Amino acid sequence: MTLVPMITAGAVAFWVCAPLMVLGALGMVLLRKPVHSAISLALVMVCLAVQYAALNAPFLFVVQIIVYTGAIMMLFLFVLMLVGVDSADSIVETIQHHRVPAILAALGFGMLLVFGVGNAVVDGEVVGLDAATASAGGNVQAIAELLFTRWVFAFEATAALLITAAVGAMVLAHGERLHSKIGQREAAELRMRRFSESGEHPGPLPSSGVFARHNAIHTPALLPDGSVAPQSVSRTLAERGALYEAGELKVPTRATFKAIQAVKDDIDEGGQL
Amino acid sequence: MNPVFGPDPWWIVLIKVVVLLVLLLVWTIFNVWFERRVVGKMQHRKGPIMNGPLGLGQAVGDGAKLLLKEDFRPAKTDKVVFNLAPVLTGVAAFTSWSVIPFGGEVTMFGHKTYLQLTDLPVGVLFIIAIASIGIYGIVLAGWASNSTYSLLGGIRSTAQMISYEVSMGLALVAVFMFSGSMSTHEIVESQARSLQVFGFDTGLPGWYALLLFPSFVIFAISMVGETNRAPFDLPECESELVSGYLTEYSGFRYALFFLSEYINMATVSAVATTLFLGGYHAPWPLNMIGFLDTGWFGIIWFMLKVQLLIFGFVWLRGTLPRFRYDQFMDLGWKWLIPISLVWIMMVAVVRTGQQEGWFSNTLFYGLLAGVLLLTLAFLFWGSNAEPEPIDDDPDAEFDAFAGGYPVPPMPGQRLPEMAAVLHSDGDVDSADEGADS
Repeated sequence: MTLVPMITAGAVAFWVCAPLMVLGALGMVLLRKPVHSAISLALVMVCLAVQYAALNAPFLFVVQIIVYTGAIMMLFLFVLMLVGVDSADSIVETIQHHRVPAILAALGFGMLLVFGVGNAVVDGEVVGLDAATASAGGNVQAIAELLFTRWVFAFEATAALLITAAVGAMVLAHGERLHSKIGQREAAELRMRRFSESGEHPGPLPSSGVFARHNAIHTPALLPDGSVAPQSVSRTLAERGALYEAGELKVPTRATFKAIQAVKDDIDEGGQL
Repeated sequence: MNPVFGPDPWWIVLIKVVVLLVLLLVWTIFNVWFERRVVGKMQHRKGPIMNGPLGLGQAVGDGAKLLLKEDFRPAKTDKVVFNLAPVLTGVAAFTSWSVIPFGGEVTMFGHKTYLQLTDLPVGVLFIIAIASIGIYGIVLAGWASNSTYSLLGGIRSTAQMISYEVSMGLALVAVFMFSGSMSTHEIVESQARSLQVFGFDTGLPGWYALLLFPSFVIFAISMVGETNRAPFDLPECESELVSGYLTEYSGFRYALFFLSEYINMATVSAVATTLFLGGYHAPWPLNMIGFLDTGWFGIIWFMLKVQLLIFGFVWLRGTLPRFRYDQFMDLGWKWLIPISLVWIMMVAVVRTGQQEGWFSNTLFYGLLAGVLLLTLAFLFWGSNAEPEPIDDDPDAEFDAFAGGYPVPPMPGQRLPEMAAVLHSDGDVDSADEGADS
């Protein structure tokens, strides 16, 4: 039972996803915040995957999402997120004189694409996807057969290239450790040694003050003599001057004590209530 | 031609979609109650028992509360991404279920159909792909909240997802090699064949949890990591990050995250059931009784198995403390992934051997025996390592300041202050009597 015979899933997917892809691609270039650009790019990738699915390429569809959207974009996002939500990207060119080579490379890539596809369309004998994959017994099997027989060398060479890049990045980012790593045991021993040598408290720092009206992180704790325990609040907050005034905390107590004292004085003077 | 709705008529697809949606919502409510009751039992308390029969009304009430609460968005958050994130996670959580088989072929209103929304030739990979989109919600929520705790939770989630998806994918490879397919339905059917041991039919179904036990263990560990559940719930770990990526969320948007966490728990359990525990087929010995293993009975077996795995999740949460982040990454990269790689190589060799007929060759068994003997010989005589001398001498006199700082006594040693204390058995210890009691 077909409602409208000419509309296939492929056509639906194209007209739904293609405009989204164009919007996403534009957003990727034009948006100011890097994370927004990354999300736009992810949108383009997912829509591309849907197109693959609509064109009867299920394996390409899932691999596009798992590898590009799931792994590579995620790594990009990982780095971009560290930039923070408030910052927009700067428009200062960090790489000098890259415009001409970049345009040339883009032109070259475009020509390669046009000639490659054009060659396949004009010269090649078009048999359709079903006929092309029939001999292998399915879409996935056909891809596997090509990848591991005819193109196995290119496939392995690409893998080697990627691994080289990863190892190269690791070598460049590698730094020799100056000290041996401090584990849980070493840290405990260090704390005890500091305690025995300088009397530094080995336990956790005191927590911030808990009062009837204030228990926020910027409320200092008071010691029994009424002075502030300096380690109960973050040093950063203290330097910013964001601390709650300890004198203010003591105001209600002082007032109460004063009232009690006044009553006591009254009793002492009058001898009765 | 690629019809939009597959071979089923559109109204059957619609029925399946609606039933799936309602089932997942109700199952989530049940699972919230189930988890609280089971964890309660494990911690010697009762859990929710007051509202409704067996306390079942509690979960409904909690759900209603979440929907009616004020949905608050803090200032300086990124509005678009902040709203988008929970929707992404929620949609992805439901989508994965479209390829999960609940049962075999049944007759629904006169139409023969499968108890499965759709079946893709790459169904299992589809679930992984959708899961990776769901993680986007968590990561973006962490970034959009504009809070340090949320950001740290989001970043942890990114790293966790990339690492554990690798080991999860590697655990699946062995299953694909044995079943020769990536479609969920065909993987379930390939496990229905009974195990043959040396030509003897055991009647046990050939579940991959038995045949590929290491893969099952690796999958089970990584599925806990993938769903951010205890002991791997580092992105929302409350002792370090308040609530991680959830810190700034409230009301309905929080409810979406909460819902997807429970659906995802059921999803990975369903994937484990499908790939390793025989899916909708009856467990042994019930699979011998013909009618129990057909049609609508599949739903019962499937849901029982999934619920059993969810019980495992709850048990883990009730038992294990949270991992430290570096230990967690070590487990993923230094243990799970290398073990999976070696195991896949072994499975590949065995599969190739079966196809090439190595196992009918006597030379092969001779070589195997030789390798085994060499390994045994190495184990017996090969190791030259001397046992490490133990430098802790229990008879040595107790030095309360060994190494310059106060230390407790070793086992068998006694504090000098306790030397002359009268014990209940009547004898008075003295320092020179030594430590013997």
